[in-house]
Parts: sequence; structure tokens; C-alpha cells
Amino acid sequence: MNKKTLLMLSLVLALVLAVPGIALQAQDDRPPLGFWDSCAAPDKLPADVVFGAVFGLSGGTSVYGTVQQKAVQVAVEEINASGYLGSSKMVVVFEDDAGDRNQATAAMTKLVTQDNVVAVLGPTLSSSAFAADPVAQENKTTVLAVSNTAAGITQMGDFIFRNSLPEGKVIPGTVKQAAELLGLKKVGILYGNDDDFTKSGYEVFKAALAENGIEILTEETFARGDVDFTAQLTKIISGEPDAIVVSALAQEAVPIILQARQQLGFMGPIIGGNGFNSPAVLRDAGAAAEGLIVGGAWNLGNPNPSVSSVAFAEAFNKMHSASPDQFAAQAYTGAWLLATAVRCANSVDRAAVRDALAAIKDFESPLGTFSFDENRDPVHDPIAQIVKDGKFAVLAAVMGESMEPTMEPTKSN
Amino acid sequence: MISNEFLQQVVNAISLGAIYSLFALGYAMVFSILGVLNLAHSAVFMWGAFLGLITVTEIKLPLLLAFPVAMVGAGLIAVALDFLAFRPLRRRNAPRISQLIVSIGASALLVSLSQLTFGTDPRRFPFDILPSGAIQGLPFRVTLIQVIVLITALILMVLLNILVLRTRLGQAMRAVAFNQRTASLLGVNVSGIFASTFFIAGALAGIAGVLYGLTYNSILPFMGDQVALKGLTAIVLGGMGSIPGAVLGGFGVAGLERFSVAVGGSDYRDAVVFLILFLMLLVRPQGLIGQKEQTRA
Repeated sequence: MNKKTLLMLSLVLALVLAVPGIALQAQDDRPPLGFWDSCAAPDKLPADVVFGAVFGLSGGTSVYGTVQQKAVQVAVEEINASGYLGSSKMVVVFEDDAGDRNQATAAMTKLVTQDNVVAVLGPTLSSSAFAADPVAQENKTTVLAVSNTAAGITQMGDFIFRNSLPEGKVIPGTVKQAAELLGLKKVGILYGNDDDFTKSGYEVFKAALAENGIEILTEETFARGDVDFTAQLTKIISGEPDAIVVSALAQEAVPIILQARQQLGFMGPIIGGNGFNSPAVLRDAGAAAEGLIVGGAWNLGNPNPSVSSVAFAEAFNKMHSASPDQFAAQAYTGAWLLATAVRCANSVDRAAVRDALAAIKDFESPLGTFSFDENRDPVHDPIAQIVKDGKFAVLAAVMGESMEPTMEPTKSN
Repeated sequence: MISNEFLQQVVNAISLGAIYSLFALGYAMVFSILGVLNLAHSAVFMWGAFLGLITVTEIKLPLLLAFPVAMVGAGLIAVALDFLAFRPLRRRNAPRISQLIVSIGASALLVSLSQLTFGTDPRRFPFDILPSGAIQGLPFRVTLIQVIVLITALILMVLLNILVLRTRLGQAMRAVAFNQRTASLLGVNVSGIFASTFFIAGALAGIAGVLYGLTYNSILPFMGDQVALKGLTAIVLGGMGSIPGAVLGGFGVAGLERFSVAVGGSDYRDAVVFLILFLMLLVRPQGLIGQKEQTRA
């Protein structure tokens, strides 16, 4: 077994060495991100630097998971083509957890103990992360979450990182802006109470609403997989709120929007958590999504995008013939961050990679200038968005155009 | 907006109840002749929704044709289930528990097949297929889809009742439900009755699937899971294997669900439904309309 691996490794190494062109051609097509100068090209890495990724590639979570996988593929191609890891190749083993806690734990165990990966991206859902990440922590393997936004993710241990802005950092800004620009006084809340992500979103919303002096008329709940929300929405809407605040995943977000607007005729603003921040929501909710307000970490229509953000959107479009969303941008940045940690550590030792990742400061990425804080949580500016003409537009920009104190109700049908 | 919350909740409950009832009817029919639950019924329901969807989005036929296509398609899937899964077991006189387990397996198979074929992204009917706004001039909000759901469900329930009570086929079905051996001695083609019962049950599940897909605009391989549990509750509540019981149970479960939200809070809606189920099983295990002895269907 060991001999075989060694043989394979040396074969691959020989192949790589036999083609000297690969590493040299890099200079020209250097992607506009990465610590090219602050860390020297690594020379002590094995031929294949193997990472793991646990994403929800099937089931309801696949809305996010498949996009994350595609984004990582874009990053891996760029990293390998540009020789970011010297003569070594970045390899990512993808595991599907179907959005399920048990499958996530099994996948994490396999990656950490059998595949011996350097570090892991994922899992897609916060609830899966709470189940799976302790396995990695125990084995002292770095996990970089690229979509977990629930509170308490990085508190699981010093090997757990994330680059996805927690809702605690996104929502307060969104609520504050919405309150000021739309003149909100009283709202109803609807949230999923059996999911860590939607529940922590609810708690942050509640605190942010209180901070801005907005009254909460009703609080209603649903469970993952529900499709009928008319009873809860009827109760909320009959209290005549200025807006409905919803903490849900995309799968439930769409029917909630449709039922509130079409069946029950609520035309006021709907303020959503991070789960609403996906093109899939806009596509599936159609005209009903107009006036939806969502805070996010990245927006394709950002009027002032960074260089790497533009380059990433182009590369993603070229490889997959689709537009990237926030989850893609975060997954892509995540893959680059892990590669950067390995490059700077010049080692695949798990502890060394962890330390190098924690030390990353001012990394120019599609998300903006990115750093980890002392709790391994991300530091970069969030962006408040509103759905206008079927697209996520930047809220301040839209409000700046119209300068209206309250929102014009969108037409039904 | 909403002037009368109570009235609106009644409308919500009736619209959901109609779908639960249609679904529960098929459950009840198969239960009455098999004597076991066909847990693959929810998978047939899901396939019905997808067949209706394909008819509209891929074959580009009008919505009106999606209903018969889904009914026939889902009916045939149910018949195939009977032939491939249940009949071999009946031949061998296998215990009922085997049939129950076979139906779980068949359900998993059907769900996986649809996952392979359609993927796991929720699919939807085109937005412009039906006017989505509420009908004007009423004291509550109701959409055209909800009206269609209710009317279709009522028509089918009446037709089914006529079929079971007034036709030779219905008579034969009741005979088989009462006692298979006696029915067969009397010259009833028992295999044929099984096939037609499965077909009708499947067709009902199929059209329920399309209506559900139209109402909630979310069609995916796992959509049957939720309805399966509620349908089961409906027939236990109404009386296992009783047709009026299934209808009553369907509306009853939907009503309980809606009103536990309106009165208490949404936290407890499923708890209320299943608590009633639990009490029902304790106090009146034969259901609301079920009779103590085994005269089913």
C-alpha cells in the first residue's frame, strides 16, 4: 500500500519534472489575486496537494452546493495553470453531504482520516458544520467554511475558519438601512425553527429590529421542507406590518415570497436573511421577488467591483456558462485562501497550514480586501441589496435614485 | 389586504384539505384491498406532479391535458408496482409486513429514479400558466388555482363514490376487500380488481400531485414525504380504508394544521395534528367513520 503510493507519487513527480514548461508559463496569465510576492513560490510540497470539500450536491441544498463546487473548480484551474503552488498541483476531493448532518460527518471523517487531506472546504450548511467540524478539529485539520453564517461556527475550535460573513455582521446593517430608507415601524417575522442557520438569523434580526426601535407584531415558524406557509403568512399580514422579515433557506424562501405576494396580496417589502441571496430565488419567484431586501457579502451588480471580482465573474462564466452568485464568490475565495496558506507555509503539515491561514491579512479577493479576525471570522464590508427589475441591486444606489421615503408597492400579477 | 383572518384561514384550510383528501383516498383504497399501507403512494404522487409538469414544459401541451396525462401515467406506475412488487408476494402468501417493507423499497426506488431524471432543484410550472392574482370582489383572498383544486377534488370524490357504490367494478372491489377467497370463488377476477384499484389510486395520487405542484409551485423528488405523513394521519383519523373517512380526514388534518397556527402558534402545528392522531388511536382506533368490523371500501 505504502510502496504503491510512493511509486505513484514518484511517477507523477517525474511526469511533472519532464514537462518544464508548465511552471514557467505562469507569469503572463497570473490571476489578479494571491500572495505572489509576499510569499515565495513553494518548493517543498508533494506533487499533489490534496484538499477536501464537503458540499450539498444533492437534495434541497444542491442549489448552493453545486454552485460552490463549480466555483472551486474555477479556482483550482487558475491555481494550477498559473503555478501558484510551484510545480505542485492542487487537487480537491469533493464529497456530497446532501445537506444532511450524518452524511456530512461521514464525509468529513473520510476526508480527514482516509484521504489525509491538508484542509477542508465546507460543509454547505451550518447545521452540517456543527455536526462535522468537531471531527476535523479533533484531528487537527483546518476547515474553512465558505457558506456557514450561523453564530458559533468558529467557536468550535482553533482549526475552524470561515470566509462567509456571519449574519451577525450582515443583518444589522441591512435592517438599519432598510429602517431608515423605508421608514419601517412594525414588522412580522417568519423563520425556520429547526435549522441552526435560519434560527440564528432570526435571533440576529430580532436584536437588530429592537436596536432600531421597530416593533415586532408576530413571530411565526415553519420547518424545513414545508411548502405551505399561508396560515403563518395570513396571521402576519392581518396585523398589517410595514414589512415581513423572513429567515429561511432558498428552498422555502421561494414559496414564502410567492404565497405572500400572489395568494395573500402582500406588496410591502420582504426582508430576507442570507438564504435569499441567490439567483435561484430571483429566477423561481419571478416578479414576486421585486422589493425583496437582502444583505450580502458579494453582488455581481456591485457598481464598484474589485479587479479580482470582475476577473472571477468572467472566468466562472467562461467555464460554466452561468453567472456566479455570492456563494460562488465565497467558495472561489475559499479555495484561493487555502492555496495561499499552503503556498505561504511551503508545507502540507496541517498545523503549519492552519497558522499560515490564520496569518492572512489584506488579501485582495472578489469579496474585497479580506482578513481573518482573531476569532478566524472574516473581515470585509457587507453590501445591502434590493431586488429591482429581476436583479439584486445595491440598496443605497436604488434609494439614491428614487429618494422616496416609503417604497412604492409593486403591482400584482 | 386581509380583512378577516378567520375567514382567510378557512380558505387556506379548505384548499390544502382538498389535496390531502385526494391523496388520502388512494391510500385508503389500496389499504382496503391489500390490508397494508402502500408507502410508495407518495412517490406515485410525486411522479404524477412531474408527469404533469413535463406535459406542460417539455411536450408543450396545454395545462388541461396535463391532468389526464398525470392521472394515466401515475395510474400505470401504480399498476406496475402491483405487478412487480405486490403480486409476487401475494402469490407466495407472504406476510403483510413483507408487503409493507416492499412498498418502502419501491418508494425509495421511485424517488431515486426521479432524482436521477429530474435532478434535485425544485421545478415549477411556468408563471403565466394561470392568473396568479386573487379573484376580486370576495371578502377573502382566493386564487384561481385554489378554486380549480377544490372543484377538481370534489368532482373526483363524487365520481369515486359512484364508482365504488353503483358500478359492477365497485361491487367487485368491495367483494375483494371483504374477502378475497370468497370473491374469487364467486367468479370475481381478483387480479384484475387489484390492478384496477391500484390504477385508480395511482391516478388520484397523480392528479393530487399536479394540483399540489400548481398550488405550491415547488415540484421536487422529495415532495411526497410531507404529504405521506399527513395522508396517513388523514386515513387514521377518518377510518382506515373508508372513502368518506379519507375525505373527512384530509380536510380535518388541514383544518387542524391551519387553526393551530391561527390560535396558538406555528411552533405547535404538527404537534397538535399528531396529538389528535394519538388520542384518536387511543379512544377511537377505528377512526371517525370507520366501523369496528372489517367492512371496508
